[in-house]
Amino acid sequence: MVSLPAYQLENLDGDRVSSPVAERALVCFIKEDCPTCKEVMPVLAAFYGHFAHEMPVHVIGQNESGNKALAAQFNPEFSILDDSALEVSFAAEIETVPTMLMLDASGAETARLVGFVKAEWQTLAADLSADQGLRELALDWSALPDWRPGCGSLSVDPANEPRLRALAEGSPIRARRIEIGSQDDEVEFMFDKGFSDGLPLVPPTPERVLAMLSGTKRDAQEVLGEMAPNMGEVTIEKVAINAVMAGCKPEYLPVVLAAVEAILTDDYNIHGVMATTMGASPVIVVNGPIRHRIGMNMGLGALGQGNRANATIGRAVRLVVRNVGGARPGETERSTLGNPMKFTMCFAEWEERNPWSPLHVERGFNEEDSVVTVFTMSSGPTLIVDQDSRTGSQLAGTLGQGLQSVMSPKAYSATDCLLVVVPEHVDTFMRDNYSKENIRQRIQQVSARPLRELVADENSATGLKQASAAQMDEASLNKLMTKFRRDEDIHIVVAGGEAGKFSGAFHGWVTGSVGSIPVSRKIGH
Amino acid sequence: MTTIMDPTDERVPVTRQLTPRPDTISGRVALLDISKPRGSVLLDQLEEVLGKQLPGVTLTRYAKPTFSRPAPAALREEIHQNNDFVIEALAD
Repeated sequence: MVSLPAYQLENLDGDRVSSPVAERALVCFIKEDCPTCKEVMPVLAAFYGHFAHEMPVHVIGQNESGNKALAAQFNPEFSILDDSALEVSFAAEIETVPTMLMLDASGAETARLVGFVKAEWQTLAADLSADQGLRELALDWSALPDWRPGCGSLSVDPANEPRLRALAEGSPIRARRIEIGSQDDEVEFMFDKGFSDGLPLVPPTPERVLAMLSGTKRDAQEVLGEMAPNMGEVTIEKVAINAVMAGCKPEYLPVVLAAVEAILTDDYNIHGVMATTMGASPVIVVNGPIRHRIGMNMGLGALGQGNRANATIGRAVRLVVRNVGGARPGETERSTLGNPMKFTMCFAEWEERNPWSPLHVERGFNEEDSVVTVFTMSSGPTLIVDQDSRTGSQLAGTLGQGLQSVMSPKAYSATDCLLVVVPEHVDTFMRDNYSKENIRQRIQQVSARPLRELVADENSATGLKQASAAQMDEASLNKLMTKFRRDEDIHIVVAGGEAGKFSGAFHGWVTGSVGSIPVSRKIGH
Repeated sequence: MTTIMDPTDERVPVTRQLTPRPDTISGRVALLDISKPRGSVLLDQLEEVLGKQLPGVTLTRYAKPTFSRPAPAALREEIHQNNDFVIEALAD
């Protein structure tokens, strides 16, 4: 049993009528286009005539013009209260009209008659008359049908129910509501407000946000952290709003949430990633069973456009950074050139085409876990073309040569990279049973240079300063420098179409504690 | 009317901001009568006074068909395209 919510509804005369307070009452919900409601109108008139002196008898109609039509047709003594907003009907959990509620003095429901079952209405009339010390209700019950089914309440109509649920008391959403004028275009409005990354957004209406929140079991008000640079509080609701705008489906939300949690960590350092003039941005890699459940692309064109999950998950994360964190180009986002990855960059690893451990397992998770990993990359994917090598050693050698130019050819031990190995290159590696560790070592071996080759010269002033080199002895200058400080700074995943011998490399940003460290998070529910 | 949920951290008010007010009036000024009684009287007086005080300013009279409805899109567009300021006579 539910308690009827407090209400103030306008009757047909334009008067506001309040819900009963501290007294017994009868409240009946009707709508005009319901034949049973019309059959019940004379019964309601009789109830009103009989009981209205003793207690409030409210008849609530669900459609304003329908209420007027009913009044014109039946000319009842009572004036129908207008609930065309349907908020009272929804809060009272009316699923069928007519529904007659009997309320006690505390407002609690003591009877609920759904549709028209003559015997129930007769019993209600008789019991209530007896309680109130009234004579019997004068009504020719024999003229009425024994039973009539009710009709669907407009408050549970699929056209209305999501909106009502989103707006109702107890709705999980709490964010500020913004009313867009009827003459304003909502998409233009969102551009004007600066919510957009430059592309149109889906308006985050309350019903869409609520639908998005159905994608997670977590509390909408749970705080994930504070997003730099404004240190805006990131709640699950705020992520859901931005996910709606990005075009996500509710089932993508757990991935977006995990990615946002990952970038909120100190290790990841989203503030630096956004503020740097280098144009860095998160690259999001998804592993585990969720890839298939939400239809992510890991094959042909995995790093490109055309897959909704890939495109909108990455975009949602960026919109959270923009809108909740306040990182906007020209403000705290200071990238010199910008980067198309700043719109979105998310893909799944093709684990089934990967003969090695998938990324998440390498990073300590179980194979059946769904995991998101965020890397900070400043450019890429840069293709490394090798259609000729037929051994793992040769192919990894080409990759090593290709990776030598990351940041600049003399920038050594400065960054990391994410190597996306395509299926045809996987096949080449597997001719020799080449492991990921073999690949990493070979890349480091091929790209290693003695320090003396990394000294600034007339061709380029980058690298070790000549003055510093002049202080060094021969042994120091002959020391071999590796392109990547540690082998594990070369992150390797498998993705891409079956045809084509071009692996891709995302070039890193400043890595380690002064920059951004890749972070993995298990995707929850 | 569409309602959307605020995607930001809510530190900036979302109410429509006033266009910055210039220190001086120059160029083109629209005088808009919304068609409420005696709005034209006020605008007649304003037109006369402004014409004397701001001789370099072009004054153009406009009227909404009725005060009870928003101005038609074509009228809004015309006023927007051809004027730098609008003075609207709002009430009777």
